[in-house]
Amino acid sequence: MSMRRIDNFGLVDRAKPLSFSFDGRRYRGFDGDTVASALIASDVRILGRSFKYHRPRGLWSAWSDDPNAIMDISQNGRVLPNCQASTTYLEDAMSARAVNAWPSAARDIKGGLDLFHRWLGAGFYYKTFMWPDWHLFEPAIRKMAGLGSVSQDVLSDYCADQTFDHCDVLVVGGGAAGLTAARAASEDGQNVCLVDDQRLPGGGVYQMQSVDGQDPSDWVADQCKAIRTAGGRILNQTTAYGVYDHGLIGLMQTHRFGVAPGLIRMRADRVVLATGALDRPITFPENDRPGIMSLAGSAELLARYGVLVGQNLAVVANHSLAETSIALLTRAGAEITRIDPKVRPFKAYKGARATGLKQGGHARLFDAVLTSGGMTPVIHLWRHMGGKLDWCETRQAFLPAETPAKMIAIGAANGTFEIDVALEEARCAGIGHASLRADTRYHITALWPEPASKGRQWIDFQHDVTLKDIEIAAQENYVSVEHLKRYTTLGMASDQGKTSNMAGLAAMAALQGQSIPEVGTTTFRPPFVPVPLELYRGPHREQNWHPLKRLPLENTHRAMGAALGEYGGWLRPGWYGDGDPKTQIAAEVRAARTSVGLFDASPLGKIDVMGPDAADFLNFIYYNTINTMTVGSIRYGFMLTEAGVIYDDGVVTRMAHNHFVVSCSSSHVDGVRMHLEAWRQDGHDPDNIYIHDTTQHWATATITGPKARHVLNSLGLDIDLDGAVFAHMSLRETQWQGTHVRIARVSFSGDTSFEVSIRASRAASLWDALVRAGAPFGLCAIGIEAMSIMRAEKGYIIIGKDTDGETMPHDLGFAGPRIKKTSAFLGDRSLHTDKANDKARRQLVGLISENGLLPTGAHIVHAGQSRGYVTSSYDSPTLNGPIALALIANGHARMGEAVEIWHLGETQTAEICAPCFFDIKGEQLHA
Amino acid sequence: MQIFPCPFCGERNETEFHFAGELGKIRPDTTADVEADAWARYLYTQRNEKGHVREVWMHIPCAELFVLERDSVTMDVLGSHPLRKPPK
Repeated sequence: MSMRRIDNFGLVDRAKPLSFSFDGRRYRGFDGDTVASALIASDVRILGRSFKYHRPRGLWSAWSDDPNAIMDISQNGRVLPNCQASTTYLEDAMSARAVNAWPSAARDIKGGLDLFHRWLGAGFYYKTFMWPDWHLFEPAIRKMAGLGSVSQDVLSDYCADQTFDHCDVLVVGGGAAGLTAARAASEDGQNVCLVDDQRLPGGGVYQMQSVDGQDPSDWVADQCKAIRTAGGRILNQTTAYGVYDHGLIGLMQTHRFGVAPGLIRMRADRVVLATGALDRPITFPENDRPGIMSLAGSAELLARYGVLVGQNLAVVANHSLAETSIALLTRAGAEITRIDPKVRPFKAYKGARATGLKQGGHARLFDAVLTSGGMTPVIHLWRHMGGKLDWCETRQAFLPAETPAKMIAIGAANGTFEIDVALEEARCAGIGHASLRADTRYHITALWPEPASKGRQWIDFQHDVTLKDIEIAAQENYVSVEHLKRYTTLGMASDQGKTSNMAGLAAMAALQGQSIPEVGTTTFRPPFVPVPLELYRGPHREQNWHPLKRLPLENTHRAMGAALGEYGGWLRPGWYGDGDPKTQIAAEVRAARTSVGLFDASPLGKIDVMGPDAADFLNFIYYNTINTMTVGSIRYGFMLTEAGVIYDDGVVTRMAHNHFVVSCSSSHVDGVRMHLEAWRQDGHDPDNIYIHDTTQHWATATITGPKARHVLNSLGLDIDLDGAVFAHMSLRETQWQGTHVRIARVSFSGDTSFEVSIRASRAASLWDALVRAGAPFGLCAIGIEAMSIMRAEKGYIIIGKDTDGETMPHDLGFAGPRIKKTSAFLGDRSLHTDKANDKARRQLVGLISENGLLPTGAHIVHAGQSRGYVTSSYDSPTLNGPIALALIANGHARMGEAVEIWHLGETQTAEICAPCFFDIKGEQLHA
Repeated sequence: MQIFPCPFCGERNETEFHFAGELGKIRPDTTADVEADAWARYLYTQRNEKGHVREVWMHIPCAELFVLERDSVTMDVLGSHPLRKPPK
């Protein structure tokens, strides 16, 4: 008889039937089912295919230890890849498809691969695809690899909630021990949080006839009520998947299908580990056949979902706990045949809708073969926390050794398999006492893989690692378990070795003639179960991840029809107007060059550096000499790293004897402030220097062009703007309509320019006044695209665009301080290394091309080697032709030379020139 | 997630901090001759000790540098104090 639902067993709600499909066929299940339990109840034997050989795979177990049933599941247009069918709760109208199988798991077209298993053992790829070149084979192999397929649809509302939480006691696992510990702790007045990964807590208690003299369901309900009454919290469907630095515990709270899980970063003063134990497989020939499954898993299927996996069942077990499961299965009407695995030869074979067992010449067919090779305590979190393990010969398992700080293991996780002892242990743990491990009544006969025995014996069901593969690894000296794991991919499947690791390391121990503890385990790493990457991303996206900085004048720009875009973290006008951007930008450049342009320069950094040591401090920070500046003067300079590389450029203004304003690049303000702070506090006297970032306080309007002075004059300021009095690179402070303004005569465009700064709240008034004042002169608002072209025409650089991680100031033609500055400054010694003195350094030059625009990033090549690259390239509206800046090896000495430019396989020539194409004598700048 | 104690703000998540260097690195006097080797050591050589280490960190929200003592093996925090004020 087949697998079926049994009346009066299970916790599913039979009043709520659900309909779903698997591999294109329709099935029914109930509310409370998992996708796997509903399929088993519908007598579906093959739920997947193995990774390498495409062998048919049935369900192995009932919860997160199942390595076999992996599916792409969709519902209401939402597709999630690689769902574990045994932990995905069934919902109406779900559509599941087995991964790694086509057209279906039952009839997989690649099933024939298994015929070639003799040649596909461990290390097959490493050995076979060496010659002539792995890359020839790579595309085809990559195409065959991988499990589920990711949908192309973006689930924009699939966003994980992330929260922080704290409690006195975190109890992991809501089985008999966990519930008891949580109750004891909360009734002791502690702030308790109990997490359990299933919808209903209780762990394996539903397999028992009674707990503490009570019906298991009633007992669980009573414990939950008592915990909540005492103020404790119970989080269902929540998995503690990892312990991280300083005891942070990652909790994943899953919701209904298609909703992103939530992440709780939990800190607990104490953790009680009540994670239970897993049933492990027995290694014998053909032990991967569908219908061979975990004894504990089949008992759990019956207890939780009311599904009996067959009438005529074989049980192959070697320990005393098997009796509880057998009793349960018998109560449901199953006929049990006990098989002693020690009697060999012993192997499985394929029967029609049945599983065959051959032992000592006898062959018999069963509905299912239930195996249990012993219980393995779930000590993953224990190891994440740094806890040690001891090998227990009596239990044939690794058990928690001495308690690490803050964590106590109880119940089956601690090897305490007797319910009465476990409950007492849990009560003690709840109030903070670890109890000594008692003698156990549990009895087990050691039963581990036997090397050199015949037949294909599976160790890792999902990744198709057999005993033979482990023998090959041992033969080739991959004997450390960490090497074994990586060479054979043992335990690297999505279940991370929950079923396979113990058998694998026992096999290696036998091959090496060592004991299991001598071989040891591989490192346990989070996560305990697969978690979607979304869990880690959560709301750290878009504006939450990298908030745009906004201009005080944003509304004004919008009203003027600005095309706003992100430039260096700021939302600012790229250009104005709806027309073709290239035409608009060129028109802005021409207007600014011939009459006057108005530019919003508010993002420029304005960091105040004040105090008695401010001048000497900045003299140390800057490549250029700062302490000789006169009050009211402005100087252009570079900040270097200690490696001598240009970190930032900009102007410094001396406002007063002890007060400077550092105007750094717009996108660099936060970094420069930290840079200044670090050197202020380490190496200088912080009581004599103060640093204050006032960038957001000021808005800056730049008026640039031949008519700039006329426009500013009509504002009616009480300062003399005459070029002979108010020279380039100097500052004036005055009032405009009762508000303090700073007017800096500096230029990024190459024309006469004035930067007028006013407090942000008055920015709109000033801007409007300048627009009105400029109207008679043909004033045109210009965006950053036009400004970028104008600065390139003048040969002014942008850090990070026209410089890279090797550029030093003398590469840009600023060699003076390197030779002459006598006081110490950041990066000074690095400017005199062999590397800094190298003749072949890449230096900033201009390029003229007769064949149109040079691509930015194109390489300057010589004899097949790159000698530098194009950093900036524009169609210059001012010169009516293309201009470019480039970093070229030994470029300063190569003026007038023709060079070959290579880009995406095409070459052209260009001529090296000085990096300045406009107002070379500086007459317009100083006018 | 490690928790570091800022001497000014208290305990905070490690994501609020920025490593500034090992404690005790002295910048060579660059107004005198500095051998290339000495400069390279200053720039690039880290002690990278195992066990008890003393490091300079910045707590980004308050921008203060401080000395953090911790164990580089166990990740235990052993103490912290302002850069200029060693503990008494």
